[in-house]
Amino acid sequence: MNRAVSRQIPAASRSFATATQIPGAANLNGNVYAGRHTVTLIPGDGVGMEMAGSVKAIFKAAHVPVEFETFDLSSYNPATDANKLKEAMDSIKRNKVALKGILHTPVNRLGHISLNVGMRKELDIYASLSLIRNMDGKWATRQQNVDIAMIRENTEGEYSGLEHTPVPGVVESLKVVTREKTERIARFAFDFALKNGRKKVTCIHKANIMKLGDGLFLKVCRDIAKEYESSGIKFEDMIVDNASMQLVSRPSQFDVIVCGNLYGNILSNIGAALIGGPGIVPGANIGKNYAVFEPGCRHVGKAIQGSNTANPTALLLSSIHMLRSLELDDHASRISNALHKVLAEGRVLTPDLEGKSSTTDFTLEVIANL
Amino acid sequence: MYRVARLSRAQPTSAFVRRTLATHTSNEKGTFTADGKQVVTMIPGDGIGPEISRSVKQIFEADKVPIVWEDVNVTPVLKNGKTAIPDDALHSINRNKVALKGPLETPIGKGHVSLNLTLRRTFDLFANVRPCKSIIGYKTPFDNVDTVLIRENTEGEYSGIEHTVVDGVVQSIKLITEDASRRVSEYAFEYARSIGRKNVTIVHKANIQKQADGLFLATAMDVAKNYPDITVQDALLDRVCLQIVQDPTDFSDTVMVMPNLYGDILSDLGAGLIGGLGLTPSGNIGRKASIFESVHGTAPDIAGKDLANPTALLLSSVMMLRHMKLEAHADRIQKAVLKTIADGQHRTGDLGGKATNTAFTQAVIRNL
Repeated sequence: MNRAVSRQIPAASRSFATATQIPGAANLNGNVYAGRHTVTLIPGDGVGMEMAGSVKAIFKAAHVPVEFETFDLSSYNPATDANKLKEAMDSIKRNKVALKGILHTPVNRLGHISLNVGMRKELDIYASLSLIRNMDGKWATRQQNVDIAMIRENTEGEYSGLEHTPVPGVVESLKVVTREKTERIARFAFDFALKNGRKKVTCIHKANIMKLGDGLFLKVCRDIAKEYESSGIKFEDMIVDNASMQLVSRPSQFDVIVCGNLYGNILSNIGAALIGGPGIVPGANIGKNYAVFEPGCRHVGKAIQGSNTANPTALLLSSIHMLRSLELDDHASRISNALHKVLAEGRVLTPDLEGKSSTTDFTLEVIANL
Repeated sequence: MYRVARLSRAQPTSAFVRRTLATHTSNEKGTFTADGKQVVTMIPGDGIGPEISRSVKQIFEADKVPIVWEDVNVTPVLKNGKTAIPDDALHSINRNKVALKGPLETPIGKGHVSLNLTLRRTFDLFANVRPCKSIIGYKTPFDNVDTVLIRENTEGEYSGIEHTVVDGVVQSIKLITEDASRRVSEYAFEYARSIGRKNVTIVHKANIQKQADGLFLATAMDVAKNYPDITVQDALLDRVCLQIVQDPTDFSDTVMVMPNLYGDILSDLGAGLIGGLGLTPSGNIGRKASIFESVHGTAPDIAGKDLANPTALLLSSVMMLRHMKLEAHADRIQKAVLKTIADGQHRTGDLGGKATNTAFTQAVIRNL
């Protein structure tokens, strides 16, 4: 039965136990029967299976009323999985909510395009949210006082996939920026700031060089910022190379960051490295109709696949956000408290956090703390 | 050899040029005085530019570096209704083949061409070399950083080819050519050889940009075949960003090579790891000339107050000396600069000290 879990919330920090409000995520009416939600689960490649297993185990122990429709998509067998991909997409469209690991994308020119990117475009889940925060814990981090919400446009920009070779040896790759999509992502960023009491939104760009492309992005962000001025949310902009430099030297100056696809990729990786690695960064991809929750720093983890050493925290934190979006706050808080307790205690940690425990041990420890 | 030496025949168009030609001899290696010193173009720049270039000159003189400086001004002039770099400056760099440049102020307003871009295009500066080394005496959360990055400098995302398709829809074109990729990759392998690093890492995002970065990657891999003594590997940009912040020492034995935008961001990231642009050198290598520069700003707030830190320009001048094969002078000056900072008594304000520019410069001279 539910044990009353009391946790001292440090006054100065905003902890994950107080729910992060994600704009639009709570309005999803997915598949609910007799109080049980159906959610699509795509474990993904690399350490995906192990992390998904961990989440399932914890959900079961916490009696979470969620049923998973699992699709073992693997990017290593795209041909045979073509049908599976369609099934998975239809499932997400039915359920509206999905939990997902990362699918590998081959570098080979003849290989297929990124399934991750393809999915995001088809579902039009345009806002990618990654939460980069120093957590209570004893592992070494390069910087303190990091609390950044990275909001990155997910469907256009450098990842348009539009390339052509006019003559051999010359390639043009198109980066597309539209006012419509920039407006959406800017609004998402400001709505996020508003809902979560954030004070500042920083737009990252390279408009001094890409005057039209990033110039449009910056201008639209500025225009949207005016609509939120009265709420006291400050707006500033920063050039991406300076932002990278500032992020490693003084990350505490950033609050909410809004940017295009590629810059978001770079900055979320830098941010993750500052606070302890991709194993603890949660993420969400939000669109008008769907929400897909996945680790915020997207790495497949092929090198440690099968070794039972992966850190399931990233996927677990993402699933906690998912539970909140399904309005299962009690369950979300229980799991969140247990997870943060285990991380803070530091006795049972996976190798990426300087621990010696396995994924299984970590999972069991979280379950024990529920 | 990968570098095509070009003979420059400077056409005397001004009295200044004619006068210098009387005493100096120009060939494909640059310009030399009658007593064997090489003439180097100096672009002091704006803001703190003149002060820090003076420091460099003083230190070079103290170490008796066989160099004669030719100062030029690159403030744009109006030529045929368009702004352009003054001819004197262009001819000087063309003749001398080597230049040292301080920070330039970007003129605000339409119609002003980016000076850096113009220099890049005029002299075909195809590779930007950015080493980042932790400075002992200036502590950052990152220790033992020793990365070298070579960035393609002419195309990629900075081609400047953009257009508005329809209202509200903009396309920016990233251009990748085999030629440019080959040139910069070859330089990267040569550079790795010259500094004794046995590995080159190609940084790309060819999983997403299959044709563009794919071409860059394939070309670089092809170039690698000509350098069997150097191992090569490729790495995804995201992974590099993650790893370089988690543990910069992972990149101490390799030379990274990458297209324009990634290079821009990663080189500034590297600077952030070691303490900022005030401590980072930069070299732009080209077919027609090479320009070494400090990449920090003009710092108008401290200009003229003898407070500026000349370290970035000094380290860039050390790179320039190595490029000119004046290794002994390069070693001495580099040692002296680093020793002065490590000793701690004569650090400028940006490093947390109270010394003036002059005091710092004198200390470096004493340490030679």
